[in-house]
Amino acid sequence: MRCGFWRNVPWSGVWHEDRGVKIRLTVNGEPREADVWAGESLLTTLRDTLELPGSKNACEQGECGSCSVLLDGALVCACLVLAAQADGHEVTTVEGLADREELHRVQRAFVEAGAVQCGFCTPGLVVATAALLEANPDPSDDEMREALSGNLCRCTGYAKIFDAVRLAARS
Amino acid sequence: MSTIPTRTPRRTPSRTPTRRLEPGRVGDPATRHDGVPKVTGEFAYSSDLHAAGMLWGKTVRSPHAHARVVEIDTSEARRLPGVHAVLTHEDVPGQKNYGLEFADQPVLASDRVRYFGEAVALVAAEEPEQARRAAAAVRVVYEPLEPVTEMERALEQEPLHPDRPTMSHGYRDDPRPNVVRTMVIRHGDPEAEGEVSVAGVYEIGIQDQAFLGPESGLAVPDGEGGVDVYVATQWLHVDRDQVAPCLGLPPEMVRIHLSGVGGAFGGREDLSMQIHGALLALRTGRPVKIVYNRQESFVGHIHRHPARIWCEHRATRAGKLVNVRIRILLDGGAYASSSTAVTSNAASFALGPYAVENALIESTCVYTNNPPCGAMRGFGAVQTCFAGEAQLDKLATKLGIDPVELRLLNALAPGDRLPTGQQIEGSLPVAEVIRCAAALPLPQAESLPREAIRLPGGAGNTTRGEGVQRGIGFAVGFKNICYSEGFDDSTAARVILRADGSAEINCAAAEVGQGVSDVILQVARTELGTDDVVLAPPETASVASAGSASASRMTWMAAGAVQLACRAALEERKRAGGDEVDVERIYRHARTTPLDPETGQITGDRAHVAFAVAAMRVVVEVDVELGLTRVVWIGTAQDVGKAVNPLAVAGQIEGGTAQGLGLALMEEIQTRDGLITNASFTDYLIPTTLDMPPVESVLVEDPEPGAPYGAKGVGEPPTVVSTAAIVSALRDATGRELARVPVRPDDIVGL
Repeated sequence: MRCGFWRNVPWSGVWHEDRGVKIRLTVNGEPREADVWAGESLLTTLRDTLELPGSKNACEQGECGSCSVLLDGALVCACLVLAAQADGHEVTTVEGLADREELHRVQRAFVEAGAVQCGFCTPGLVVATAALLEANPDPSDDEMREALSGNLCRCTGYAKIFDAVRLAARS
Repeated sequence: MSTIPTRTPRRTPSRTPTRRLEPGRVGDPATRHDGVPKVTGEFAYSSDLHAAGMLWGKTVRSPHAHARVVEIDTSEARRLPGVHAVLTHEDVPGQKNYGLEFADQPVLASDRVRYFGEAVALVAAEEPEQARRAAAAVRVVYEPLEPVTEMERALEQEPLHPDRPTMSHGYRDDPRPNVVRTMVIRHGDPEAEGEVSVAGVYEIGIQDQAFLGPESGLAVPDGEGGVDVYVATQWLHVDRDQVAPCLGLPPEMVRIHLSGVGGAFGGREDLSMQIHGALLALRTGRPVKIVYNRQESFVGHIHRHPARIWCEHRATRAGKLVNVRIRILLDGGAYASSSTAVTSNAASFALGPYAVENALIESTCVYTNNPPCGAMRGFGAVQTCFAGEAQLDKLATKLGIDPVELRLLNALAPGDRLPTGQQIEGSLPVAEVIRCAAALPLPQAESLPREAIRLPGGAGNTTRGEGVQRGIGFAVGFKNICYSEGFDDSTAARVILRADGSAEINCAAAEVGQGVSDVILQVARTELGTDDVVLAPPETASVASAGSASASRMTWMAAGAVQLACRAALEERKRAGGDEVDVERIYRHARTTPLDPETGQITGDRAHVAFAVAAMRVVVEVDVELGLTRVVWIGTAQDVGKAVNPLAVAGQIEGGTAQGLGLALMEEIQTRDGLITNASFTDYLIPTTLDMPPVESVLVEDPEPGAPYGAKGVGEPPTVVSTAAIVSALRDATGRELARVPVRPDDIVGL
């Protein structure tokens, strides 16, 4: 993309005034560190500092689940966790689910079932589904609906997402 | 090259695992070509973009719905750390106003603000937090004015736009203040009497598109006075044609590129950050990124028009409709957007897909200080379908006729005339769609006791099911496919066909999640007989306009253009002796002409290109004591012409149905004196996994003769019909009239 090669003005440095907190954490298996503002959410740190924009910001108040990540294996909304709270902990984002060669079975199922449209909710739903199947490998329809009720999707009406969850559970 | 937006090379190259999925041809249930990057997080939405040296932009917005701007003082904001620019209306170098159809909206307000959230000033700073603080430091002195907030009173109040920007465009001249457009359709004898008559007044609340990816984009100056804007939008070229004049630049110096779009549904037809980002980028000489948060998104785009609709349906005792009289009042909010077309669409489809000899339809849209309204999936037909179908249920009850039979008795068919005088020429299988939906077997009623999650109120565990009543509803909806009323509509496609048989397609059609990029690839593979086809990133510089990803037109138009260009490329290559060729072709559908401003009758053969119809059957359970609802099951049949990708079509039907369910049961922007009071996903609710029932869909394929492969657009009909069908079921369960959506618990228990 053209904008990436635009170099007329050099990078003039970040604003240090508020970035007083250094955190060290493990993200997708790799040790990372970041200087963060004390009030900064884990989502902001992941997206803007650690260059992992897969987790999406759609509401920033824990209503939509688009920023779902695993914190020490537990499903959380990264927008509701302070970056500083993640210091010393392990975070898995959507970018960390697949291994080098293979999509995660949930990712594959979402593509095959047609569960992706605009895809903005997809990273969060993929992470939430992976967490669900980890805890409950064969969820009933009611369990599936309840487990994913914190993840909003505006495009699909959820039908193909349920198909994807069933497909992933079988594979 | 790939059509999949990439972020920037700042990060290490993608390590996306690849899994080969079969490339589909026309008619195959193909998986999305952008599916893998979307499930891995690699796909770059407009909010994910990054450029070296990038600044963050922030918009200063009006806290008033209506006020005079007395003074704007930017001095303090300019002094804050990291701030590179603070701009006001004085810094707009070109045209001061813009608009999708009428330039009635200021780029930045100068002397007056007309809605809550209107843009007043812009800030660019090194860090987002610095930009936010600087925006808060811009001091704007307002003198609040009385807001115009009630549609009917607006017609008597001081005009918000004294220069009447929408008048003298071939519309009916309406001298009343604050009229955006009035149209009247007189059909047959509008005074004709029936043997029976039913009447009602219906109201529709204001619905938000609530796409998940908030408005965002990146503007990058090119160092030569021009600018590239990377943005999530629905129509690249119309953005360019609005942005360039405001920047005082020729169109070729403004290039709009499509970045990843997180849903649209009409809400990205109008501009959001495009001009603002470009102004800041050109002023600072740096790339500028603007990302709205959810609260800002609620004022960052237009909404579905709230409406009040008065209906009287006159019929014979046998149930044949004799005369339908409808008055529609739409609240357009502060600026015109696409309100004039919505006004006309609401009127054109007000009768539903029924043959009626006589009608009087009046449709008026007014300016107010409420949130601006424009395009949203269904485009005027949602509102009138809700009212009209409620009327048919009322008539069926009065006559003691089965509601499905009543609809079949009046079903429109090819050869019949619409109230505008237009004869239906193409496919419109209304009766077949009704029969298919009505024939879907209903699920068995579930017994009690049962899990709370399968009761109205759900996991809240508020009922054990004592007051629960089951209801069954039915509705039929239809609307136009493609742009109407003489709009000179076209889509361009460019094909580079190489000697080795591979091809690259260039088309500026906006992939907004609906799957048009897959349609383009499927068509190209089919026409060229090869799987070796790639799609170039859509932008304005390398291909002519594709028109808008709206009006259920993009599949038809893009398929038409790509088919045309592929066939031309094959011929050219033959002539060129097998060498590489590069051809561009422009596709147009059958021409339409405007409606007569006085009678609402066609002035040529047609005002609309084609139509699509959907019927829906719904089962609900309602706790009539607590006002709680549960939609149990939805069955639908839809006229799709030809399903280019049946998997994607089913997805459109399910998703479109969900948005109609939202309007039926929960979605409404709340305002007080024009101020939005629920601009968040905590307070503005959209359907979740617990709200959506299974949706069983039947695709009725009756190819449209004028369309490529016979394909009709499929995005809107499910949204048009589902609100009406769900409320029909709620009425059956409760016995109440429920004349307003969204239906509230209070309406169900009769408080």
